[in-house]
Amino acid sequence: MRTPSQAPSRPASRSGLSPRFLIAGALSLAIGFALSGAAKAGPTLDAIKARGSIKVGVGTQPGFFAPDSNGRWQGFFVDFGRALSIAVFNDPDKVQFVSSSPQQRLPALQSGEFDILLSGVTQTFTRATKLGFHFGPVVFYDGQGLLVPKKLGVSKGKDLNGATVCVQTGTTGELNITDFFRQNKIAFKPVVIEETAENQKAFSSGRCDVLTQDASDLAITRTQLPKPDDYVLLPERISKEPLAPAIRYGDDQWLEIVNWAIYATIQAEELGITQANIDSFLTSGDPTVRRFLGVDPSLGEAAKLDPKFAYTIVKTVGNYGEIFERNVGPATKVGLDRGFNKLWTQGGLLYAPPFR
Amino acid sequence: MTDGVLQSTQPLPPPLNRPPPRWQRLWAGLFGTPLNATVTLGCLALLGWAVPPLLRWTLLDAVWVGPADRCVDAAGACWAFIGEKLRYILFGFYDQDRQWRPAAADAILLALAGVSGMPLFWRRATLGLWIFGLAATLVLLTGGPAGPAVPTERWSGLPVSLLLAIVGLVGAFPLAVLLALARRSGMGGVRTLAVLFIEVTRGVPLIAVLYVATLLLPLMLPAGGAIDKLLRAQIAIILFVSAYLAEIIRAGLQSIPAGQYEAAQALGLGYWQSMRLVILPQALRTVIPSIVNLAIGLFQDTTLIIVIGLFDLLNTARTAAKDPAWFGFYDEAFGFAALVYLTVCVVASRYSLWLERRLRR
Repeated sequence: MRTPSQAPSRPASRSGLSPRFLIAGALSLAIGFALSGAAKAGPTLDAIKARGSIKVGVGTQPGFFAPDSNGRWQGFFVDFGRALSIAVFNDPDKVQFVSSSPQQRLPALQSGEFDILLSGVTQTFTRATKLGFHFGPVVFYDGQGLLVPKKLGVSKGKDLNGATVCVQTGTTGELNITDFFRQNKIAFKPVVIEETAENQKAFSSGRCDVLTQDASDLAITRTQLPKPDDYVLLPERISKEPLAPAIRYGDDQWLEIVNWAIYATIQAEELGITQANIDSFLTSGDPTVRRFLGVDPSLGEAAKLDPKFAYTIVKTVGNYGEIFERNVGPATKVGLDRGFNKLWTQGGLLYAPPFR
Repeated sequence: MTDGVLQSTQPLPPPLNRPPPRWQRLWAGLFGTPLNATVTLGCLALLGWAVPPLLRWTLLDAVWVGPADRCVDAAGACWAFIGEKLRYILFGFYDQDRQWRPAAADAILLALAGVSGMPLFWRRATLGLWIFGLAATLVLLTGGPAGPAVPTERWSGLPVSLLLAIVGLVGAFPLAVLLALARRSGMGGVRTLAVLFIEVTRGVPLIAVLYVATLLLPLMLPAGGAIDKLLRAQIAIILFVSAYLAEIIRAGLQSIPAGQYEAAQALGLGYWQSMRLVILPQALRTVIPSIVNLAIGLFQDTTLIIVIGLFDLLNTARTAAKDPAWFGFYDEAFGFAALVYLTVCVVASRYSLWLERRLRR
């Protein structure tokens, strides 16, 4: 799911001077120009308000972002896009979702094709510094896993000496798997494929011994294999994959809106506020709740936002837990466990700074 | 083996005026020689091996209606998936209550292409028809003249595929004619420019052209000067196709005997007059089959816009199988898209054959 910073400059293995290599060279040049002129380009938020809608870059992955039968985007990250639309426009539908492949989503964000990338990008040092992206709060803590057929008789990653590994191109997964095998001083043969579905086909047809992706993707993949019980997800996570929204440098106010719209969903869960019971909290005497929901309008006024933005977000898309359960939770076909993505109070990593 | 072939061809009667009955020729073709018989039996075995499972999957065990749960247990194809997703695959993100608009746009585009294929319509008035038809298509898709505008981000599915291919070809045509003429012209500067454009464009893959149009162009233009993404892709396709089309037209120009040029000059026609009235009508006529061939290729090449995040028919079909409610029916999705592409391309190639026969008369 994640593009590494150096992905474009990595020459394709088929030929020395592949078109991708040439494009990458041209791209990095152009991005250099763009960065030097970025300050003049004007803040993202002004462009959003002038346009009347937010452009959100997404991928396609069941449960996380996918169009339904009516051509309406649905999914975990999509709901956060709607939350942003509420924070800016007080309307969940003033948002355009723009699909982007792992290969081109970072250059596309850089070139201004969208205002925010909500496609499950891993927050990394290089992306934040060299590529010039600010990251919002982590919305999904993931880690790269290894899926193998049971008949391989392997119980841990270190046993995979000489294995053929299917990995998606243009993702941090491609770099992580190389690091993993190098660290353990064992050999492997990568089979690099761009499309997720193709990758899964290659794995199920036996072209490779191991499929490596984020554990969340592998859980979905496993359910789709002809005989799910013949495969096992190895226990280790070979990387940290904090998936966070990314925006371009140069618009601090936009970054704060992204931050606090997402924190609002986490804070709501912490306060026990859900889509269903939110109205009963409006009469609460708790000053934290009153500030959060905008009954006491001081916060919204300070941020030049609608004082009730948090109320509208939770009322419309729900709190973090509800967004998770509705799109990717155990009751859905994706069937993910909350794992790290629980509140800090429940042993997870989700923590919203105070709304005050 | 060779002996067998030679011997068995001997008894075949070679009368010129009375060909043998059809079944006899068929039999000779299928089993006339040991080699033919082996090939025939081999093909039959292959069919016998491949067809029954395919038939079971596509028809006998298939699920035609019902919810996704019924499909999961079925051994065959889930055509209920296509039924559920048909609207999305064809029209994508377009407003559901106004989908007659993309439907009508499709009809107009196909009708324009069909009408222009008939020699009866090869006249100047057809140009007006095209301008009118394309304008109507755009008005329909943008949501005008009355009603809220539909941004191009929501255009998707079949209309996008047809629009990119048909406008790509038609838009490239005038440019290609000029490029072909320039490449054969005596003016050195013009010729060099034309050669340069054609060779550079043909030397770069379409994907690279699309990447440049989507990712690099907005960076080079001043802020706020960005043109619509679909339009950028369309312009990229037009420029790309014009280079190939120019070479086809140049081949047509070269096939015209020098006598025609001289005759036009002798009549006192100037350069443009002789091109317009004498040379181009003949040259274009000879290359129509090649142009149809290019058009078929172009229609399939438009699927490459998937890499820049636009939704053509193939991409809507692909993403239809990403809906968690109907996840994983990729075979059905791609099968359906393939069927649509196959239909269009088979019709076009049959047309090309028909036209070739007609023009030879």
